[in-house]
Amino acid sequence: MLILTCPYCGVSGEETEFHAGGEAHLKRFGPGSSDADFESYLFHRENPKGVHFERWRHVSGCGKWFHAARCTTTLEVFGTYTAQTSEPPQSIKDAITAKRPGWTWRDFA
Amino acid sequence: MSTRLQTGGRLIDRSHREGFSFNGKRLTGYAGDTLASALLANDQMLVGRSFKYHRPRGFVAAGGEEPNGLVNLGKGGQFEPNQRATTTELFDGLTAESQNHWPSLEFDIGAINAKFSRFLPAGFYYKMFIHPRPLWKHVYEPFIRNSAGLGKAPQDRDSDRYEHFYAFADLVIIGGGIAGLQAALTAGQAGAKVILMEQTAHWGGRAPVDGVTIDGAPADDWIAKTVTTLEGMENVTLRTRMMGAGVYDHGYVLGYERVADHCPGLGLPRHRLWRIRAKQIITATGAIERPLSFAGNDVPGVMLASAIRDYAVNWAVSPGDRTVVVTNNDDAYRTAICLKQAGLEVPVIIDARPEASGALPEAARALGIRVETGKGIAKVLGGKRVTGVALCAQAGEGAELEQVPCDAVAMSGGWSPVVHLWSHCGGKLNWDDAQAHFRPDANRAPTSHDGLPFVISAGSANGELHAAATLGDGDAAGKTAIRALGLSATAGGVAKAEAEAEEPMTPVWIMPQGAGVKLRSKMWLDYQNDVKVSDVQLAAQEGYESVEHAKRYTTLGMATDQGKLSNINGLAVLSQSLGADIPQVGTTTFRPPYTPISMGAIAGEARGEVFQPLRRTPIHEWNDANGADFEPVGQWRRPYTYLRNGENRADAVKREVLNTRNNLGLLDASTLGKLIVKGPDAGKFLDLLYTNMMSTLKPGRCRYGLMCSENGFLMDDGVVARIDDETFLCHTTTGGADHIFAHMEEWLQTEWWDMQVYVANATEQFAQIAVVGPNARKLLEKLGGMDVSAEALPFMAWADGELAGIKVRAYRISFSGELSYEIAVPASQGRAFWDACIAAGAEFGLMPYGTEALHVMRAEKGFIMIGDETDGTVIPQDLGLNWAISKKKEDYLGKRAQQRSHMTDPKRWKLVGLETVDGSVIPDGSYGVADGINANGQRNTQGRVTSTYYSPTLDRGIAMGLVLNGPDRMGEVVEFNKVDGTTVAAKIVDPVFYDKEGEKQNV
Repeated sequence: MLILTCPYCGVSGEETEFHAGGEAHLKRFGPGSSDADFESYLFHRENPKGVHFERWRHVSGCGKWFHAARCTTTLEVFGTYTAQTSEPPQSIKDAITAKRPGWTWRDFA
Repeated sequence: MSTRLQTGGRLIDRSHREGFSFNGKRLTGYAGDTLASALLANDQMLVGRSFKYHRPRGFVAAGGEEPNGLVNLGKGGQFEPNQRATTTELFDGLTAESQNHWPSLEFDIGAINAKFSRFLPAGFYYKMFIHPRPLWKHVYEPFIRNSAGLGKAPQDRDSDRYEHFYAFADLVIIGGGIAGLQAALTAGQAGAKVILMEQTAHWGGRAPVDGVTIDGAPADDWIAKTVTTLEGMENVTLRTRMMGAGVYDHGYVLGYERVADHCPGLGLPRHRLWRIRAKQIITATGAIERPLSFAGNDVPGVMLASAIRDYAVNWAVSPGDRTVVVTNNDDAYRTAICLKQAGLEVPVIIDARPEASGALPEAARALGIRVETGKGIAKVLGGKRVTGVALCAQAGEGAELEQVPCDAVAMSGGWSPVVHLWSHCGGKLNWDDAQAHFRPDANRAPTSHDGLPFVISAGSANGELHAAATLGDGDAAGKTAIRALGLSATAGGVAKAEAEAEEPMTPVWIMPQGAGVKLRSKMWLDYQNDVKVSDVQLAAQEGYESVEHAKRYTTLGMATDQGKLSNINGLAVLSQSLGADIPQVGTTTFRPPYTPISMGAIAGEARGEVFQPLRRTPIHEWNDANGADFEPVGQWRRPYTYLRNGENRADAVKREVLNTRNNLGLLDASTLGKLIVKGPDAGKFLDLLYTNMMSTLKPGRCRYGLMCSENGFLMDDGVVARIDDETFLCHTTTGGADHIFAHMEEWLQTEWWDMQVYVANATEQFAQIAVVGPNARKLLEKLGGMDVSAEALPFMAWADGELAGIKVRAYRISFSGELSYEIAVPASQGRAFWDACIAAGAEFGLMPYGTEALHVMRAEKGFIMIGDETDGTVIPQDLGLNWAISKKKEDYLGKRAQQRSHMTDPKRWKLVGLETVDGSVIPDGSYGVADGINANGQRNTQGRVTSTYYSPTLDRGIAMGLVLNGPDRMGEVVEFNKVDGTTVAAKIVDPVFYDKEGEKQNV
């Protein structure tokens, strides 16, 4: 059972205190978008072995959504950060690079 | 025969006798006995039958790894099957029964299977029962189910109590042998907060049994002193009878404490599940001796050498007068020496190694014990009990050299570290050629959230099998943990442990090495699941190269003991058959729990009333006292109907519907979701969430709205009231309140975070009471206060005011088609308002009604119900709700999805009303049938029923359903199927059955 730290309230809590919300940094496609873009937005998800970006909600705590950068194989948590961004902050990218040099994920590296 | 020795027994108290029963026979043992040692002391070696062949089986081990000694334990509410007799502490009054035999343990019909064993090889069920298909369901499966299973399922509710404990520690140490104790001492002295747990009732592990000395004195002295020291440390928690059940991600540990198994009746919780968060974990879980694979190694009386030593030293039990020892290592000589010193006979030690010249073999020879090197056992003689062994050359094919009479065999194939807890969370293993076992690789330890190792292995669990190294390894593990915790070790040396030096062992996987198929089919690997050397070899021949596949094909290691004795031996046989090295073949995955834990412990206190919280409306007590027939709606309990004298449910629902239509009904609608959405962008936000336009709603007015998922499907509905320019109150369905609230938060926080909007869930802050029926206005006027006239408060408006002296918010909305007010009052005033209505309503014919009358009345009006008309595949357009979908809005959740070709397909089934031709009620879940059959041989369909009721108002069956081209087929008759295979004819009609013009609600 994972331990995650909520970047809003600062609480390090058990996984049961949080709710997983799937992949982070999806770009929404609405009316006017192509079928391919909409399909990709709605259904296509990364399934990496290694670095991954996820959405979590501190559901039994402050109620805030946040993002976590995590390794899907070792379960190492590289960091958590605000959900109100379309790209991981540089400090998170640096933390990942320190542990997993050469990592890439979608358009991020 | 097995018996109690006159003297000795370090764990028993001969002054306290305990009476118990086994298969109805009254027996006695001593305080400190396990059920196994007490049975052996009473010459009860035969304790069960094997799973597949029903072979007679006796104890093999003395601890948690025991595969055979499983019993049905206790009676009534305390009955539990498959309990290991070796880990069951004896208490006065214990009752146990042996398992998996009929009619009796001594004579078992199922043993006939053994005669057919060559017809029951690995994969037998897979191969045999595939054809012909129909026989599987009617012949094979019932037969297999009948013969499967070991113990009986309990019949009564568990009468015991269980609990969970939450704990946090710097360091959890699993295993209270000398390595674990030393690690605790080292870490405790450095100030770490330590929890040390030991699965048995005693500290010290094997060291005292093996005659280890520490600092020149018997190990027991050091153990007692160390435990006293640890008990004096405030930062150290010690627990015996507590097993480390599992190690999980990021330092989560489950401890399984058997608080009262040994002392029932004191009112203590029986088991306690510790849910621990540890920064560091040391697994000092010891090692388990391996059996040797020789023909007849399952005959009762063949035991692990270490187990025989345990029984003799700990409980003064002699397994037999004459014990033959068979080994491939020096350690087993300790058993021979121990038995000889207890005055028992050891006719011969059979050592598979070409020579045995270490200190222990020499000591055995000095005691006059015959040692035969380079030899093995060709076969064991005897059926329900060992009567002798036949010797052969280990290098040969099993030609008998001589027979040696004996009544017990002590076998040792070497030791395997207990690496389970190390491996649970990803710790990797190395193959140790010299000791022929897998041991933890400290460089590939499980890692935690920070990417750093958090599990350390110590002592024999770490492959340090010799006492001299064990203590030092425990200290080293403690120091590693201290460093990881950022503490510093205190000065001070480690005690010096000593035991006889041991010469190297030699791996022996099959005895004799050239054994033919006849012998190999009598060499048991997995005792509990009856897997033999020949089965694993067959699996390899048939192409099962992966150890995981071979395991499932043969069932090796899949019994309740999870292969504690069989895994390495089976793996070695498999790798030999495949011509591969053992490390290449690898192990199967180790999964928690280490040994089975009780279902009660997993449930803890979460049973009965506290299993789930119950949500009660402010009217709940009144409902309960006035005939409410409750139904669960999420965590709420809502009255399905209110039963009056002698009524059945159908009568009550009919009465409630008719009374509401003709007089006055009262509904507790407090469970409806009430979300307050507030802020400068609230209107804009709701325009994106609802399919309709909400921003144009005027303050003081209400509007029915639909919410879709981003995938286009209808997920919730309800009436939205605009309170002021920046404030909306959104009603949701009862079941939707929490997830729609979360849905709003999710979109606000993660997509439209620039919007200035707050959402608050006020569901429980307000009671909501629907006053419904032609007399609704009269009642409110009688209660007195605000103006509730059609002019002041028209249909689809709301107003704040006061009624019966209580502050209210009155909504003119109707889910029944009648004149209706939904009155929201602060939850604390809910009961008072309800009581006022009941008191004032008598003259207007007021009766409360339940959820079923609500459902019937909404169906009569053709109103949809989320969960009936919708099931996650239905879009608003399917339901004729296009009027509630804004054409003007550029965007709303679901809009893009609803433009996909499949969503705009004219062939989508659409909502219609259905009237049976004969007036009967269409069965729930019925399909409209069409001509022909589909590719699967099923009848073609052209629609399905979504709601179906008897309508008291119309006195006939009515239904709503989704039908192909339905709205264009008004008046057409479609057949709907019934459970009995016949169909019922129904005419397609408008879904609004009652008051099509809506005159009654708008007065």
